[in-house]
Amino acid sequence: MGDILSLVAKRLGLGLFILFVISVIIFFMVEALPGDIAQAVLGQGATPENLAALRKEMGLDQPAIVRYFEWLVGALTFDFGTSVVTGNSVAAIIGDRFTKTLFLAAYAAVIAVPVAIILGIIVALLRNTIFDRVANVVTLSFISSPEFFLGYILILYFAVQWGMFPAISSVREGMGFFELLERTFLPALTLVLVVVAHMMRMTRAAIINLLASPYIEMAKLKGVPPWKVIVRHALPNAWAPIINVIALNLAYLITGVVLVEVVFVYPGIGQALVDAVSKRDFPIVQAVCLIFAATFILLNLAADVGSILTNPRLRHPK
Amino acid sequence: MSNSEKDYMMDRLAAEARMGRISRRSFMHYSMAAGLTASAATGLWTSSAKAAPQKGGTLRVAQHDGNTSDQHDPGQYQSNFEIGYGHTVRAYLTMINPDGSLGPDVAKEWSATPDAAEWTFVINENATFHDGNKVTGADVVASLNHHRGDNTTSAAKSLLTDVEEIKDNGDNSVTITLSGGNADLPWLMTDYHLAILPANEDGSINWQSGIGCGPYKMVELEFGVGGRFVRHEDWHGEGAWFDEVQVLVINDPNARQTALVTGDVDTASLLDNKTLALLSRNPQVEIDNVASAQAITMPMHCDVAPFDNVDVRNALKLAINREELIEKITFGAATVGNDFHHSPAMPYFPEGIEQREYDPEQAKSLLKKAGMEGLTVNFSTADSITTGAVDAAVLYAEHAKEAGITINVVREPNDGYWSDVWLEKPWCMVTWGARPTPDVMYSLAYKEGADWNESHWVNDEFNKLLQQGKAELDQEKRKQIYHDMALLARNDGGTVIPYFPNFIYGRRSNVKHTGALAPSWQMDGYRYASRWWFES
Repeated sequence: MGDILSLVAKRLGLGLFILFVISVIIFFMVEALPGDIAQAVLGQGATPENLAALRKEMGLDQPAIVRYFEWLVGALTFDFGTSVVTGNSVAAIIGDRFTKTLFLAAYAAVIAVPVAIILGIIVALLRNTIFDRVANVVTLSFISSPEFFLGYILILYFAVQWGMFPAISSVREGMGFFELLERTFLPALTLVLVVVAHMMRMTRAAIINLLASPYIEMAKLKGVPPWKVIVRHALPNAWAPIINVIALNLAYLITGVVLVEVVFVYPGIGQALVDAVSKRDFPIVQAVCLIFAATFILLNLAADVGSILTNPRLRHPK
Repeated sequence: MSNSEKDYMMDRLAAEARMGRISRRSFMHYSMAAGLTASAATGLWTSSAKAAPQKGGTLRVAQHDGNTSDQHDPGQYQSNFEIGYGHTVRAYLTMINPDGSLGPDVAKEWSATPDAAEWTFVINENATFHDGNKVTGADVVASLNHHRGDNTTSAAKSLLTDVEEIKDNGDNSVTITLSGGNADLPWLMTDYHLAILPANEDGSINWQSGIGCGPYKMVELEFGVGGRFVRHEDWHGEGAWFDEVQVLVINDPNARQTALVTGDVDTASLLDNKTLALLSRNPQVEIDNVASAQAITMPMHCDVAPFDNVDVRNALKLAINREELIEKITFGAATVGNDFHHSPAMPYFPEGIEQREYDPEQAKSLLKKAGMEGLTVNFSTADSITTGAVDAAVLYAEHAKEAGITINVVREPNDGYWSDVWLEKPWCMVTWGARPTPDVMYSLAYKEGADWNESHWVNDEFNKLLQQGKAELDQEKRKQIYHDMALLARNDGGTVIPYFPNFIYGRRSNVKHTGALAPSWQMDGYRYASRWWFES
């Protein structure tokens, strides 16, 4: 167990270093965007005096490097500063929205992960049959379409034609849990369709790969029924790659919902990011990008640890 | 029946219909008996019976252009959500009526000295803030001062540069002294920045709380997401028929339209012109297509070759087929422009100025006269300016080919367009929001030395007339002045104005309005919350 702890600590340290590098990249990329924040805030109607007054008020007359370190020190204590546009605390602006995004991601994950794994096992069992091919073609065509297109198709049928679900996922405080589930069903379904293919195909590949191993042959020769061969003998050894692809897709669910949130008018963090970019609201853009980067790093870490736990051989690297 | 008897009869009938006392069938029967044709009677029934506003209901609104970065400070209002919110929760000294005229809001009346340099506004004694306090002169003074002075970050600062003093007279009136005459000052007070808000002790205003003196009170509000507002029972104006208004920010045009079609919302702002034909087939949806004072302009820098030659400028104005642009780019939803920045939706519109038509032959001969046959020019544009902006530029280039002109369409990035292209490149495409009067528009963008004189146009006679018109209180004389100015801008100016885009928005068919819609902003000048109602 000690090995694992030191491994996790090492990975965490590496993750923090990557986060630092990312923070530098984010800050100076945002800085390099064309246009000017004061101009973006005041719009076409700004006069030069307006612009100068606003820049001073926002502290934009300071050099970029100074502002970067001030921000970094704050971020280390989870103080992401205040929005330069509205003057409100960044943490307050994105905190609630991040929770909403997490909810949507969790909703999609709860459906997508079991469906993908079960479907992956079934197509592995029925490999090279019509069912396998149809499942592959269908899921692949979903993954190949952009999310907003899938979203529009779902809206067209489920909301406009059949009137089963609302076309917009406006959620508010005090809404019942089931109403919440109903209102956010279409965006969740869009996300499910987008991520299922990836996880399903990885499950299928991992299991098929194992089915050629001698110990599986042995089990088959002993007369173990096919489903048991898979669930008992193949699956436990297939977890490592599956966990990896699940983690990757979970990260995608959290960070990749920007378009889905826009299409379904869901007040999550993606929308906040789009707004902030267009207004050059650096602190919000930086905070959101850092959160996204941290999400990826943490989930990858979790995936690594998970694969090691399920595969004793990986615990003792040579 | 004599005509006066007939009128009396029809008035009676219309009144009965409005109260709901007679059925449509008997209304038709009686009015036809009174000598009306069937179609006239139907029209009258629609305008009288349905035009009876009634209280009740929750209006759900899909609003475009709302951002997380929106805010309460009226000096920094910029997005459409903020403007709509400003007109729902807050109030202004004056307002633009549905017919485009000027009407009272917080100020019930106003008057000027004969040189139009000193204006007195009398505050409506019924005007009340949401916390129960009456609106006083001090509130008005503080609210306007918020946009003045060296340290203000207000975008409305330029509107009030001529203001020398704002004085609370202590008798529920406020006097504004200007450095020169300005007959349009009451019109300027409709500007969406100049909201009347409660004053603090130190002369600043309390804009942080979201309290106003408008028709609706804020219940909850999250910028970039939406808000909920309930009727302010002590409002000083007429209307505010809905019990509650829920505004939902939907920036995606497709989602907005879908929400309107499925009935998830009752009204939606800014619909996509492309889908108008399809939407109008839906009997549940009504589309409002309102001529506006917004404009698409194409300013050429008059001090840069080849645009310093008036013949070249006019050749380019003749080389554009406006009708085709309106038909193909806006799907017919625009008013044709005539190269002066004065839309028919603005007051003092000049009648009788000949419409400039597409005439490549004449353009050719003008270029020949200028010695510039086979002219080649660059024209900058960007997607974000208006729907189909790049397509419009390419179409213009096609039209100009007929006149032997090569227009190179330069597609600029959306980001930074207003700082890097507008006012910088010698010829580009620009979009302007609606301004209340020709004086405001001409002073902003056509006067010599104005910050936004986008065509660098200098015409002494025009500037002289502008100065004259500013202080002229005689309406007939003013109209003549703006007529002469329009003519000068059309024949000598450096700006091609192909069209004035309409405001297009939609509502479920049970949402009613009087049929007249203000040309100042989307959604009835963003006063839908106080002017519209639900049919029972």
